[in-house]
Amino acid sequence: MGAQLRIYRSKIRSAQTTKKITRAMELISASRIAKALARVNEAGPYTEELSKAAALVAVHSNVKHALTTEPAKITRAAIVLFTSDRGLAGAFNSQVIRSALQLETLLEEQGKTVEWFLVGRKAVGFFAFRRRAYLGSWIGETDEPQFELAQQIGQKIIETFFTHEADGGVNEVHLVFNQFVSSITQTPTVRRLLPLEIEGKVEDPSIPAPPVLRAEYEFEPNAATVLDALLPAYIESRVFYALLQSAASKHAATQKAMKSASDNADKLITNYTRLANNARQAEITQQISEIVGGADALAS
Amino acid sequence: MAKVLNVSVVAADHRVWSGEAAMVVAKTAEGELGVLPGHQPVLALLAKGEVRVTLPGGERITANAEGGYFSVAADIVTIVASQAELV
Repeated sequence: MGAQLRIYRSKIRSAQTTKKITRAMELISASRIAKALARVNEAGPYTEELSKAAALVAVHSNVKHALTTEPAKITRAAIVLFTSDRGLAGAFNSQVIRSALQLETLLEEQGKTVEWFLVGRKAVGFFAFRRRAYLGSWIGETDEPQFELAQQIGQKIIETFFTHEADGGVNEVHLVFNQFVSSITQTPTVRRLLPLEIEGKVEDPSIPAPPVLRAEYEFEPNAATVLDALLPAYIESRVFYALLQSAASKHAATQKAMKSASDNADKLITNYTRLANNARQAEITQQISEIVGGADALAS
Repeated sequence: MAKVLNVSVVAADHRVWSGEAAMVVAKTAEGELGVLPGHQPVLALLAKGEVRVTLPGGERITANAEGGYFSVAADIVTIVASQAELV
């Protein structure tokens, strides 16, 4: 076999092996998208009920809470950046990091100092490579985030929020994560977490006639204590939401990246097969002309 | 038809149970709180402990709930806890 032909054949084999791997990864992430989306849906009722309850307390009582109070001047802000632990996901990590950096620029223009919390090994790697400082990081659990992780992150955020600015505390917290729009589209999203703006409408059909209820609503032990317990839970559920969205987006991004890698491998295989056939044909032609030439030499 | 309560028990990562019930008893920070249809609206913090739901047929369902709250509004009872499971 000619040298050229051997080179083409080994290139085809290598493309085929790569394709097997990328195809497998594509199928795995396709099945994980469904699972991740199911978890997003299952966490839905909790978030919904919590925001309903928080809105209720806010409406039915006059309690002010530190977590919902807008400070007079915001001097230090924190960004919580949600990335993945592993790459091979196209623009997934770079797009979310880019929008976090844009947010940083924006906040700094407003005269705020920015601190970072990082979720996922990719963000930590990005910061370590640039020798930048960060307040906290969580790695190793982004593929299937558990609620405990959200609780840890939430507690750390609240702790930092309640620390005085002079001691490294912050008075504003933003979340930056990839929002799952569809399997094709995942958009980097920026949400302000703290100070809390309580969402959710109290004019829910399930809770009728607010004027009548307003006087009657009873809080046990009292509104302030209830709010004290609800708001951290609310923050944890928002963080959990970001984690789940980010996980679902990561699987979708991986699937898309691996699909195009498999397609690309297909194209390479086709091209190299053509070249290999060409080389094989050239080799045969050469052999025939050698035989014919040899026979002619003997006959004359 | 007798009035019933619409109960749902929700944990952080899934809906534990939902359905109709005749009575709900939950343990709050200040003691046990029993709810029958027509109860005044309440929002109470849950202490660690069990929540007992009595179904219209008289059967009982027990759930363990921790770290959450308990809300009653217009015969809709919601038990929301970061961790909850049926026993």
